[in-house]
Amino acid sequence: MAGNVTFRQDRCKGCGLCVHVCPVKIIFLDETVTNRKGYHPATIVEMDRCIACANCARMCPDSIITVERL
Amino acid sequence: MAIVYEKSKALTDAEMHYCPGCTHGIIHKLVAETLVDLDVLGKSIGVAPVGCAVFAYDYFNCDMHEAAHGRAPAVATGIKHVLPDRTVFTYQGDGDLAAIGTAEIVHAAMRGEKITTIFVNNAVYGMTGGQMAPTTLVGQKTTTAPFGRSFEHYGAPIRMAELLATIDGAAYIERVTVTTPAHIAKAKRAIKKAFQIQDEGLGFTMVEVLSTCPTNWGMTPVEALSWLNETMIPAFPLSVFRDITKKEK
Repeated sequence: MAGNVTFRQDRCKGCGLCVHVCPVKIIFLDETVTNRKGYHPATIVEMDRCIACANCARMCPDSIITVERL
Repeated sequence: MAIVYEKSKALTDAEMHYCPGCTHGIIHKLVAETLVDLDVLGKSIGVAPVGCAVFAYDYFNCDMHEAAHGRAPAVATGIKHVLPDRTVFTYQGDGDLAAIGTAEIVHAAMRGEKITTIFVNNAVYGMTGGQMAPTTLVGQKTTTAPFGRSFEHYGAPIRMAELLATIDGAAYIERVTVTTPAHIAKAKRAIKKAFQIQDEGLGFTMVEVLSTCPTNWGMTPVEALSWLNETMIPAFPLSVFRDITKKEK
């Protein structure tokens, strides 16, 4: 089962709750990027490891995550 | 590609003002998703409180009304009496519901008002800067209890769900939390049931949601989740305290 996750990074507050609940531990806060709010936004590089569980999206207080199943 | 999860259409596109990691946003989503699931979004009227959730009227994509501090159940009562076919809910924090508005919520429950209250309990006054609330745990440090809440001087936290469950007019009272995806799923079921019972006209319904306040607890968002699980749940047990639909069966 593969998934695709998109983040509205300009709205991310870098709280890390998505990082905390990701069962495959592929989400991280990208410290090379600072968004307009001044936070390091959540991101995924190894998208092929995503299992489309949507834990991250359900946990995101700001509803910035969309999860699709491929 | 199938969408597994996206932002609920019952939430507006406004950016929420909550602090990073505050679980108010998760609770907003659950209420919004419930309104869509039950297909009542178009006939819903929410009442926003005073406190951190004061701007809730900007976030829900249904008719919203702002109430004076603690008076959301009284305003919701008025709305429900004039428009009895609408789904009416209040969204209140512990400063609003358990402190200044205790009389309003108790009497709304006593009258058996057919409204749903979402009670967000984070054991602290969030918006005003982390002062001690009636729900603050014994020993919990706040800006007005820097050595921790003393039982001798300030008593012990008030448990609103248990208190309201003793009232005959209450149809459904449950306490949940949103610290893990499993708890979130359970909280959503509770909120959904409360709204269903309201629409069946059985009486007053309330779901108390234990929520984090990383900013005023002085923790990271993830530390706040574990503090809630380890310290707050023993003081505020998660349970269904009243469900009149079960007795009928």
